[in-house]
Amino acid sequence: MTARQVLSSVVVAAILMFVLPVFFDVLNLTTFAAYALLALSLGFVWGYGGILCFGQTAFYGLGAYVYALTAINTGEAWSGFFLAILLPALFAAILGAMMFYGRLSDVYLAVVTLVVSLILFRFMNHTAGEQWVIGEARLGGFNGIPGFPTLHIPGDPEAYIYDENLYYFTFIVLVLCYLLTRWLLGSPFGRILVGLRENEQRIELLGYDVRARKTAAFAFGGGLAGLAGCLYANAAEIITPELFGLGLAAEIIIWVIVGGAGTLIGPMIGAAVLGYLKFVLGLRAVKEVFGRENPLEATLVFGTILILFILFLPRGMVPSIRDWLGRARLGRGGPRRSSRRRRTQAERARPNA
Amino acid sequence: MDLAAVVVYEVLYTIAFLALISAGLAVVFGMMRVINLAHGEFVLLGGYAAIVSHNTLGIDIFVSMLVIAPLVVAAFGVVAERLIIRFLYGRLINTMLATWGLSLAMIGGFTLIFGPTTTSIKAPIGGFAVGDYSLSGYTIFIIASAIGVILLIFGVLKYTRAGLIARGAMQSADMASAFGYDTSKVYMVTFAAGSALTGLAGGVLAPLVGIGPTAGLLYIAKAFITVISGGASVVSGLIASSGFFGIVSQLVTFATNSVIGEIGLLVAAVILLRLLPTGISGRFFRNRL
Repeated sequence: MTARQVLSSVVVAAILMFVLPVFFDVLNLTTFAAYALLALSLGFVWGYGGILCFGQTAFYGLGAYVYALTAINTGEAWSGFFLAILLPALFAAILGAMMFYGRLSDVYLAVVTLVVSLILFRFMNHTAGEQWVIGEARLGGFNGIPGFPTLHIPGDPEAYIYDENLYYFTFIVLVLCYLLTRWLLGSPFGRILVGLRENEQRIELLGYDVRARKTAAFAFGGGLAGLAGCLYANAAEIITPELFGLGLAAEIIIWVIVGGAGTLIGPMIGAAVLGYLKFVLGLRAVKEVFGRENPLEATLVFGTILILFILFLPRGMVPSIRDWLGRARLGRGGPRRSSRRRRTQAERARPNA
Repeated sequence: MDLAAVVVYEVLYTIAFLALISAGLAVVFGMMRVINLAHGEFVLLGGYAAIVSHNTLGIDIFVSMLVIAPLVVAAFGVVAERLIIRFLYGRLINTMLATWGLSLAMIGGFTLIFGPTTTSIKAPIGGFAVGDYSLSGYTIFIIASAIGVILLIFGVLKYTRAGLIARGAMQSADMASAFGYDTSKVYMVTFAAGSALTGLAGGVLAPLVGIGPTAGLLYIAKAFITVISGGASVVSGLIASSGFFGIVSQLVTFATNSVIGEIGLLVAAVILLRLLPTGISGRFFRNRL
């Protein structure tokens, strides 16, 4: 990634960061930024590593729980903040090592990741009793954990970061993670990762340790998802086992598919747009228009969106739009170097070709 | 002694339950390499069909469960196969994702039509006592149904011409179509058969479990695990893995409680897949039915 690309990304992000609150509610935007980070993590693991993880929620929920439990026990936020990145990354590394060194792929990978998030979901739902305590914090079962200390200015546990400031903080973390991921993909590690997505055997025959690289990529994705969980916990101020749930797991996949696997910006846009759509569908006003038998039931709409995208636009919005723009440019005045390169990248971006 | 009998009875029931809810998925996965993630909702559709036809239309409960439910779900399966799944053959991941979309859409549809509440019907067979324990007699019917379903799959695939054509078309679609068989039709019929078995499971289980819009989760996870761990052989894989998971989950349940039992099943699945990445039948019953 060149300095110019970094600069242009930062400028675009900064403009967005200040313009968006004019149109949308700040709390919503904070949540969408956390969702976008979660989508970024799956976009990286799936779109670039070729690892279809059905249970990215495992790391997301774990991040949220680690943060809340640490924050309650220590009374301040920052150790929890960093643990919420490290522990999910470590968990992902262990799980990833187990899967990749066992040479699981495709559908088996999907089952194992799905099952792991289901185990966590079941377990957390089961912890309603008094005996489920970690330090001073009760796990709370299906009621979740409310009232943990939220982020504050380092060194001063009373000076909470909330509302607009929390939004700016979340957004900046998101942009930093995006830049970090872009940098990682441009590094030799990232190049080889994309190579093994395309042809694992060839990369292996070239002498690279595929299993270690996949495990590392999976751990990085787990860390990002954990951080997303921590940010979500700070925005929502309560966490429940739903964070591990299958509903959310499906939604993340839909965000990535709709935005476009094989890009980083696509999943983030997908998360924000569909997060907003879900919010609108859940509004009382929208519900009242249709009465009790609401044909715009969120699950119905999201399921239909997923089916339609898989059938008609399996590469997602961003690669298709890029393609279309590239073709338009081609028609006007011959191919430009940059657009041509982008196009081939987009062509390779099919989720599982 | 009575307790031992109860434990055996419960283990058998769990195995039969797993075999029943997985049979349809096993046929579709084993024959067509398609994972239908809307499977749980197909089970529910069977349950709803049985409940509506018995409670609202007043049809005999056994006819509702054993005839109406499979027919309704098979018809729905044909529609889903023609509209969605047939465009995605050979793209395993895309089929999974599209059927996951179908699953969400069906959950929304059920909520819309039947409301978010859980409905049920009364079991047509009463209970009996073993010593101090009272057991449900309907469970025996479930166990018998599971055995019947497995024998049916085995018989059709092994001894009928349709089964032979289906196996041939799955092994080599080109060769089958060169012999003049319409492979697209074979796929459709196979998917319909899998859906019918799923509908049967939903119908038969409706008196035992509550049927609500989001209850499909319970079935898809277990059926998915059972089928994948079973591996590619339809019948032997199904028997082996539902036997294994049934025993594991019931023994853990007796030692602790039902939630931990379920978690035990899931953990066992993860370990099993790590040790046998191609499933039980990929390791022990290769190239058998």
